[in-house]
Amino acid sequence: MAEQRVIVVGGGLAGLAAAVRVAEAGVAVDLFSLVPVRRSHSVCAQGGINACNEVARQQGYSEYEHFDETIYGGDFLADQHPVLEMANWAPRIIDLLDRMGVPFNRTGEGYRDLRLFGGSLFKRTHFAGATTGQQLLYALDEQTRRYEAEGKITKYEFWDFLWPVMDDAGRCVGMVGQDLRTMQIRAFRADAVVMATGGCGLVYGKSTNSIICTGGAAARCFQAGAHYGNPEMIQVHPTAIPGADKLRLMSESARGEGGRVWVPGIKGGDGKWTKHPRTGQDPRTIPENERYYFLEERYPAYGNIVPRDIATREIFSVCVDDGMGVGGEQQVYLDLTHKPKEYLQRKLEGILEIYSKFAGEDPYTMPMKIFPAVHYSMGGLYTTYVPGSYTPSEARDKHKSGSPSPLDSRVGQGMQYGAPGSMTTNVPGLYAFGEVNFAYHGANRLGANALLSCLFDGLFCGFGVVNYVKDVSKNGAAKQPQGVYDRVVAEEERKQKALLSTTGGIADAKTNPYVIHAEIGAEMTEACTVVKSETRLKQCGAKIADLKERFSRVRLGDAATWTNQSLSFTRSVGDMLAIAEAIQMGSLERKESRGAHYRTDYKDRDDARFMKTTLAKWDAASKSVKIEFVEVDSSLIKPKKRDYSGKDAGAGAEKKVAASPHG
Amino acid sequence: MTTSTATTSVRPKATSRNIRVRVKRSDGPGKPSRWETFGIRVEPGANVISALQKVAANPTTVDGKQSTPVVWDSGCLEEVCGACTMVINGKVRQSCSALLDDYAPNEGDEITLEPMSKFPVVRDLWVDRARMFHNLKRVRAWVPIDGTYSLGPGPREKPEVQESRYKMSECMACGCCLEACPQFNLEQDEKSWDTAFLGAQAISQARLFNMHETGKVLEGERLDTLMGPGGVTDCGNAQNCVKVCPKHIPLTESISAMGRAVAIHAVKKFFVSRK
Repeated sequence: MAEQRVIVVGGGLAGLAAAVRVAEAGVAVDLFSLVPVRRSHSVCAQGGINACNEVARQQGYSEYEHFDETIYGGDFLADQHPVLEMANWAPRIIDLLDRMGVPFNRTGEGYRDLRLFGGSLFKRTHFAGATTGQQLLYALDEQTRRYEAEGKITKYEFWDFLWPVMDDAGRCVGMVGQDLRTMQIRAFRADAVVMATGGCGLVYGKSTNSIICTGGAAARCFQAGAHYGNPEMIQVHPTAIPGADKLRLMSESARGEGGRVWVPGIKGGDGKWTKHPRTGQDPRTIPENERYYFLEERYPAYGNIVPRDIATREIFSVCVDDGMGVGGEQQVYLDLTHKPKEYLQRKLEGILEIYSKFAGEDPYTMPMKIFPAVHYSMGGLYTTYVPGSYTPSEARDKHKSGSPSPLDSRVGQGMQYGAPGSMTTNVPGLYAFGEVNFAYHGANRLGANALLSCLFDGLFCGFGVVNYVKDVSKNGAAKQPQGVYDRVVAEEERKQKALLSTTGGIADAKTNPYVIHAEIGAEMTEACTVVKSETRLKQCGAKIADLKERFSRVRLGDAATWTNQSLSFTRSVGDMLAIAEAIQMGSLERKESRGAHYRTDYKDRDDARFMKTTLAKWDAASKSVKIEFVEVDSSLIKPKKRDYSGKDAGAGAEKKVAASPHG
Repeated sequence: MTTSTATTSVRPKATSRNIRVRVKRSDGPGKPSRWETFGIRVEPGANVISALQKVAANPTTVDGKQSTPVVWDSGCLEEVCGACTMVINGKVRQSCSALLDDYAPNEGDEITLEPMSKFPVVRDLWVDRARMFHNLKRVRAWVPIDGTYSLGPGPREKPEVQESRYKMSECMACGCCLEACPQFNLEQDEKSWDTAFLGAQAISQARLFNMHETGKVLEGERLDTLMGPGGVTDCGNAQNCVKVCPKHIPLTESISAMGRAVAIHAVKKFFVSRK
């Protein structure tokens, strides 16, 4: 075993969980990250992490219901077996984090406190203040540091992933990377490479993502032959704070803890709301009966905690279609001022501080102004899995909320534990964990399921990677001829030389990488977010083609051979174009509406034609994207129309009231 | 919270204007530094990061010289990752939450950006803070769990304990406390890191893990480090750290608590060694 090595690319939750899991099994890990891993984008996750827990269980909740909610919330686009396993594992993950010292909020008796989150009628979200992602990442960062101190994990921070290395049989046997300080390009051998590089928010210019979430690493794997699933499924978070450099998230927990969404309005005799004459003026002077709580009115059971895609579309429609945005602008109120300050400080201080810092207003006394922003990519590198032991002869009807679970939560029913074939791409030895893969969230991710899927991949599928490298030990990376690596290094050096030779004049906006990036972002935000249509998507396709041509003539503003950020940024802009094209093509070909993907020209879900995964492939010859569709595993729960507007929306509504004494 | 609200609520309504960004630049470790000033147009609500982004897209100085994009470190842009820390108008802080309306509210105003001085410069405003992470190893800032196997929940915890641990655990290793500390000095040579002053960040992390039921297992080792060279007695009690911490972590309280723990630990060790 001594000579086996695994490369993990990305030091967020998924990457660190994988690194720890693999190192623990005695396999050496080389961990690559654009930033010191403690600064990865997982720090931005605010609200919490979902798992069945004893309080909810005794009210009728179960792992099975968590599974059912996730499939339903994702509008039946996720393969079902992996989601079942994830929901079953979730409570184990919470326990493990608890043992690692994550300061989860506590009840008076010292148990873990819980909060309500979108898409569920039960409190099943565990949280650490309003910076849960940060706290979880730190716990994993600390365990990683422990293994690093013991020599089991080697970190390469401030390194960029440039290209996977494939042997002649097409197996991934390492990678080529670049030190972003010295600019050294070199190859690394590994028996398996785990991509855990997160999302691609920067394709949209401004989003809630960190500046490092370019999607570059995934795009390079895609262009090297890895397939990409459901690129068009991009989550637009309903509540963000507009800003010049980024759109800062206002966590769903603000709604989970009682935040109400409204706009000023006047209700007519016919029950219809119209624009308020004083909209935009001090909201505290608007009387209660002139406040249009549109989510509560349209979704009586779930109210403000409907799933994200629905909340986003409703906010969008109130602002754009009804022209009722606050002050006539694209913004609505998210109001917490009816809650006691002490309560808000204990539960939400971190995020409310962000609001007051960046918006310059006090959210304890003044309703916040928010608008939707690109937040998460449900799509990502296409991965396969090895199904577990639960294979009913017929799919069950949708689970009735609060009814007894048909299954226990034993390991291995959804996916086989330790199977090397889970969360692997079509390139053997190349894995994809966390947000960078397309699994688990279907067409829409439920709040507080992202941290879970990242950790689940790392901890559960990480064991599969260990078994894979044991299996290939006889013909592993150490036995590969050097030429396999040298040719990729030479190609990357050639690309870099070509880019560096273009320096000396970025004055022309047509070929300025920063301008090209801004134009990609603006175009993608307009054409490929909340509402899409064939006409607009075709325009977007033409724009991308134009930008690809302009990028082929891109000019760099910096020729430095030391810490050249312009070079790495420009490289990622080129890669964003590949992802942008996949998103646009997937959006165009999926002629239906499902979850986050909403077409004005195909407003209904079309299971017969499109309950399928969009499979994007890169055609190296034409340097363009080709789209296919493949079957979705729906063998466990029968598809049903997704509807959150009912009075009790699938029973269990009374639980919202029962919940815990702390709500 | 109350202070930030107070300052933000009195902020005058800024308008779109031209400002100057003066940046201390350097091409790499050991290279001389120089000043360059860029003129940019900003909108109300813009922060230092968006100013640097504008400079990157058009790096022409006010004297009309074609320069290169300024290099700086950044990540989340919402003050939870710690990456974009720099010295702004002489004070250390995160540049993402530094709004230009506060620093350069009027037409023609100038804002000055410098790299932190206690860490080696990589290039321009980007410094290498690897020593902070090294110091976390020195104080064994982790809970020594028995692996990732399913072994049930962790220890139960009182809400008061959770609240103080959470506060300390918000430390994003930004380095503000170290930049402001008179006792914490630039150490170019990695070999000196093991004996140089740990600073408030690592001392507070040692306290955080000593407070956890399982983390306590390593308490003795942590106190040995804090008792040794570069430990808690090197603190000169200037109390600058707590004033600049963007997360309002009670750093001086942590240093006092660790000082007391080290004193008790030393007495215990003295008696054990005499047996």
